[in-house]
This record gives sequence, structure tokens and C-alpha cells, in this order.
Amino acid sequence: MAVDTIQPTIHADVPKVRARRESQLGLMWRRFKRHKLALVSLWVVVIFYLVALLAEFLAPTDPGAYSARYTYAPPQGINFFAVNEDGGWEFGPYVNGYKTEIDPVALRRTFVIDEEVRLPVKFFAESKPYLLAGVIPMSVKFMGVENPRDPFYILGADRLGRDMLSRVIHGTRISLSIGLVGVTMSLFFGIVIGGFAGYYGGWFDSAVMRVVEFIRSMPTIPLWLGLAAALPKDWSALQTYFAITLILSLIGWTELARVVRGRFLSLRTEDFVTAAQLDGASDWRIVTRHMVPSFTSHIIAAATLAIPGMILAETALSFLGLGLQAPIVSWGTLLQDAQNIRTLATAPWLLAPGVCVVVVILALNFFGDGLRDAADPHGR
Amino acid sequence: MGLARCCPTLDPHLPLDGGGWEGVNPQKNRIFGRPKSMVQFIIRRLIAMILTLFAISIVAFAIIQLPPGDYLTTYIASLSSTGEQVDPRVIANLREQYGLGEPFYVQYFKWIGGILTGNFGQSFEWKRPVTELIWGRLGNSMLLEGMAVITMWLIALPIGIYAAVRKYSLGDYLATVGGFLGLAVPNFFFALILMYLAYTWFGVTLGGLFSPGFENARWSLPRIWDFLSHAWAPILVLSMAGTAELIRILRANLLDELKKPYVVTARAKGLPEWRVILKYPVRLAMNPLVSTIGWLLPALVSGSVIVSVVLNLPTAGPMLLRSLTTQDMYLAGAIILLLSVLTVIGTVISDILLALIDPRIRYGGK
Repeated sequence: MAVDTIQPTIHADVPKVRARRESQLGLMWRRFKRHKLALVSLWVVVIFYLVALLAEFLAPTDPGAYSARYTYAPPQGINFFAVNEDGGWEFGPYVNGYKTEIDPVALRRTFVIDEEVRLPVKFFAESKPYLLAGVIPMSVKFMGVENPRDPFYILGADRLGRDMLSRVIHGTRISLSIGLVGVTMSLFFGIVIGGFAGYYGGWFDSAVMRVVEFIRSMPTIPLWLGLAAALPKDWSALQTYFAITLILSLIGWTELARVVRGRFLSLRTEDFVTAAQLDGASDWRIVTRHMVPSFTSHIIAAATLAIPGMILAETALSFLGLGLQAPIVSWGTLLQDAQNIRTLATAPWLLAPGVCVVVVILALNFFGDGLRDAADPHGR
Repeated sequence: MGLARCCPTLDPHLPLDGGGWEGVNPQKNRIFGRPKSMVQFIIRRLIAMILTLFAISIVAFAIIQLPPGDYLTTYIASLSSTGEQVDPRVIANLREQYGLGEPFYVQYFKWIGGILTGNFGQSFEWKRPVTELIWGRLGNSMLLEGMAVITMWLIALPIGIYAAVRKYSLGDYLATVGGFLGLAVPNFFFALILMYLAYTWFGVTLGGLFSPGFENARWSLPRIWDFLSHAWAPILVLSMAGTAELIRILRANLLDELKKPYVVTARAKGLPEWRVILKYPVRLAMNPLVSTIGWLLPALVSGSVIVSVVLNLPTAGPMLLRSLTTQDMYLAGAIILLLSVLTVIGTVISDILLALIDPRIRYGGK
């Protein structure tokens, strides 16, 4: 028929538009990429978490390995290029050795970097066998000096001659994971409590919001200290770790509950929710199928922004001696060694974990901020 | 997109959804409905405050009860360890005084009843009533925190105004970067760095609030001078994070105000530029700042505990830490209670001040 013959010609005239449906995640990523600082921060965060994951491989020594010969040895740094005989540069990473000098005033033995002695550094050096992340058996370290008896303190040593670099790397694992575990716990409480409050409203909502306001009006550190001090001293490292994260999330959930509740309140009156209700969908189905997917990205952003607070809180508690305890290595317990001004004056490199805290907090904040902007791909 | 554009919420206490209005906006405070007058507003805030104080006292008492064993067993143990004779009559007296062995609520009412009559219980470590120990220290804490709030405002106001008026200038970027650092550096770490720098550059050991000679002297000009020469460091450290946050909020608020037509009108009428900015936009931009005290104060009190430990200040912080590690629970509970109570009272005062300045708050409009 006539219609049949016309139709193909019409189609041929229409320019081909490639219909591409971009997923929610794809849209988010596109917006996120525009935020350069957030992108850089994402890489910083990824690198830090990789360090946490590969701690045993990256750390030159065991965090507890001590050496009385090198107490408070200063950082050796690392040189990548050596000058050879005919004056040219050559790739050959090395660290300098130490010589001891007697301080003429204090008559104290101090270590000085000895430029004469060069100890070549080997990448992927053989080591004693260990378990990576507690599961994968390995016997190669990322780097080490050729003779394992030579000193290797890129970031210096603490009062027992333990390697700061190794300790900071292992501390990264504990401090960063506390942030993640703590936020996961807070998120759980926040979603359950905030979700119920926002969805059902009424007296429950008022009660929850009063509790949230109450908790937020209290100074947190005294409260945390009071709770942490009540932990039994004979608990194992793992028990203390989880107890401390639980204590932190007891206060951390409030912010997330507020965000979740706010989202629920604003979505409750949306047309698609009413439509689902009229279709006879159950509350559970409306919440999980229709409401939660539309604000997951906001929640992820809010959760990311909550991690820095957790890390800071753990660091502060452990620094005061009421958080994680000595054999556990976290940034906070490491900074505890740097409390004394005399120690600080002799060994300023003990502040290295603090620098890590600052870098991670900054990166997580920028990253979370970029996420929050990107969470609403159709906005602005 | 510049650095200044992204403004992250670094402070966990700041609500994600716009501004720091939450704690004071009576519209959200639905238990009592919308207040009609200033007096009513104040009365409602005070009732809410009393309820909060009651809740705080329960939390503080729960913390006292947390450690295993009770006060008396610890006390008897410490007495016998020093070889002192334990008089059974004294024990029975104490048991009666604290209601030990009785249910939680009986003990709580005995405790809170004592506090209302000024008896905070006994510190077994110092072997003195808690009341004698804490007031001086709490006074020092409040003094430092109050001065930190003033310092914050003094630093944040000019910088925030400058950053907003000269948007995207070098000074603005410096203020923004400084602000980010100020929020990301934990204040005890800042205190450590300050101690280190003061020691290596000037050979000064920071710490304490008074030189030994002035410790118990009466207030006089030399003593005030001695205090200031010690206190600048903790005040600087304490005010850092808040300053950064205030600059950020003030800048954002002021940028919003400066876009409004009345500013253009003022400029068109030929007002000098400084008056255009200071007369109305700055005053409007400052209002939400007053409400920030609500979340600023808890953070400040928290911070002062840990900074005091680092800088070895005679404030409530180190005493709290020590009492917690030695499980001197009545002392610890009293400090936690009083720190929280003072925070809440400070917040309520700032709320009332805000409502006095800004009628939109007390009538719940926006």
C-alpha cells in the first residue's frame, strides 16, 4: 500500500541521532570529573586505601621490630640517583648510613647522617615470609636495603628504634578502616532510625529529632572519653577496636539520620511515591524500590563526608590514651609518643602520622564534596 | 572551577542542607508550636533547656555507673592498700549517702539531689569533695573558651568580608586554602606543631596558663599580662577550626547579600563603598553566624579538653582525663556533667541573643 512505500523515505530523511542512555552512575561520573580538586582527592584517597590494604608488603619492617642501636635515628630520606666515577648521574637508589656524634653540650649520643656510607636500596627485596592482609603468603617486600642488618629508616626511628615508615603504613590500615567501619555502623543506625522517622513522621519523628538535637548539643570528646574509659582493660585488640568504633558511631549516626530523614520527608510527597501507594505497593517495597534508589548517591556523599570525623575522633581518643591501646598501631597511638616537648625537639619526625591525618582528611573532604555536587546530576 | 567555589562541609556538625539554622529555628521545634512573643520564645527555650539538662544528668550518671564495681569497693581497696584502717561506720555512712546497692533510679536521685544542693560527691583519689576541686578548673576552661570565641570573631570578620568583597582575588584564595587547612588539622596536632616551632625557633616551652609565681596570686595587671603571655597559644589553637568555618559561612552569606538589588541601589545613590558593604549586607550576613554558636560551642569544649592535655593547662580537661584513667568516677561525672551543662546554657544564651537581633527567628518566618 501507499503508506508502506512512503515510510522508508521519511526515515531516510531524518538525520541519525544516536540515542545514548547514560546510567545514573555515568552521569554522576561526568559531573564529578568537572571538579578537578575532587578528582585529585579521589586518587589520594585511593592511594591511601591501597597502602592500608598492602600494608605488610609496603612496610619495610614489622611495625613492632625494634633495634636498641638506632633509637631516635633521624630520617635517612632516599636518593634515587647516584653520581658515578666520571661525574654522570646513574639510577641507583640508596640511603645513607649513620654515624654517631656526642653532643658537646648535653653529652648525649646523637645520630648524624653519614654521607660517605651508601646503602643500596633494592626494590622487591626478599624478606622473611609473611601473610599479606592476613591471607596471601608472600616473601617479597616492596623495598629494603640489601643487607637486612643495615639501618633502613626513611622516616626515622622512634624511641625503641622502630621504623616510623612501617609504623605509619600499618597505622594507616587501622585508622582508615576505623573510619570505614565506623561510618558503616553509623550508616546502619542512621538509615534505620532516620528512615523510620522520615517515612512515618509523627511522634516518632519528633522523638528522634529531639534525641539527635540533644546528642549534637553535647561536647563529644568528654562523652567519648567517659564511654571509652569504661571499656575493660583486659579486652583483646580486636574487641577494643570494635568497641571504640561502636562508641564513635553512637554519636556519628545522628548526622546521617538527619540526612536520611530529610530525604525521606522530601520524597514522601513526590508523585511517583503516591502512584506506588495507589498501586497498592507495600511500605517496604515503596521504600526499597522507589525511594532508596533515588537518594543513594546523596547518602554515599554524606557518608563519605562523615569518614573524616570518625578518623579525627579515633586519632584524638587514641592520642589521649583512652582509645586504641599500645600494641595496636594507629595514627593516634603513634602520635601519643610525640606528646612531650623534649621528645618532639629531638625527634620531630614523630609528627609524620599527623601529616597523614591532615592529608587524608583534606582529600576525603574534597572528594566527598565533589560527590555531593555530583549526586544530583540533573541539578545546576 | 576555582578552589573557592567548592566550599566543602568539613565540619561534621554543620547540617548538609543549608545553613546553621537547624538548632534555633522554632519552626522545626514542633513540640511547642510557634511562639508569639519574645518572652514566650525565651520561656520555651528555657523549658527545652531544662529537659536537655535533665537528659544530660542521666547520661553523666550512667557514665559514673559504667565501670565495673562501685565507688565504695574502689574506695575501700584504695584505703586498705595504703594500710589505713577502714571504719565500718564510715562505710555504712557512705553507703547510705550514695544509695549504693539500691536501684539505679534511687542512686540517681540521691546523686542529683546532692548536686542541686551543691554536693558533687567525693573524689576518692584526691580525698576531697569534688566541689572543691572543679570550680577553679572549670573557670579556667570557660575563660579560655570565651576568649577563643571572641578571637574567632575578631579574625573571621575582616577576613570573611575581604574574601567576599574581593572574590577570587589572591587574598580570597589564601583565605580559602587557610580555611581548609584550619578545618583539616586536628587541633591537638596544631598545638604540637606550635609547641615544636616555639621551642626550636624561640627556645620557649609553651604550656600552662601562669608562671609558677603567679599561680595562686590575686588578679592584678602583672598577672593578667602573665596569663595572656601563656594563654595566646591555646586560644589560637582553639579558635582555629571555628575561625575557618566562620570565614566560610560569612563569605558565602555575604556573597548572596551582595548580589541583591538594595546593594545596587545603595551604590547608585552614591554611598561610599565601605558603607554600602558594612551598613546592611554585613549585618544581614552576620545573623546566621550568631546561630553557629550552637554547634561551635560543643566543638570548642571538646577541643579544649584535648588541647589542654597537650599544652598542660590547669583546666577541666586534664582533670577529666586523669579521673577517668584512675576511675575516680564522681569527679569524672561531675566534670562531664558541668561541661555539657555549660555548653547547653551557652547555646541557649546565643539562641536568645539571636532572636533579639533577628525577629525572623522568633516568629519562625524565613
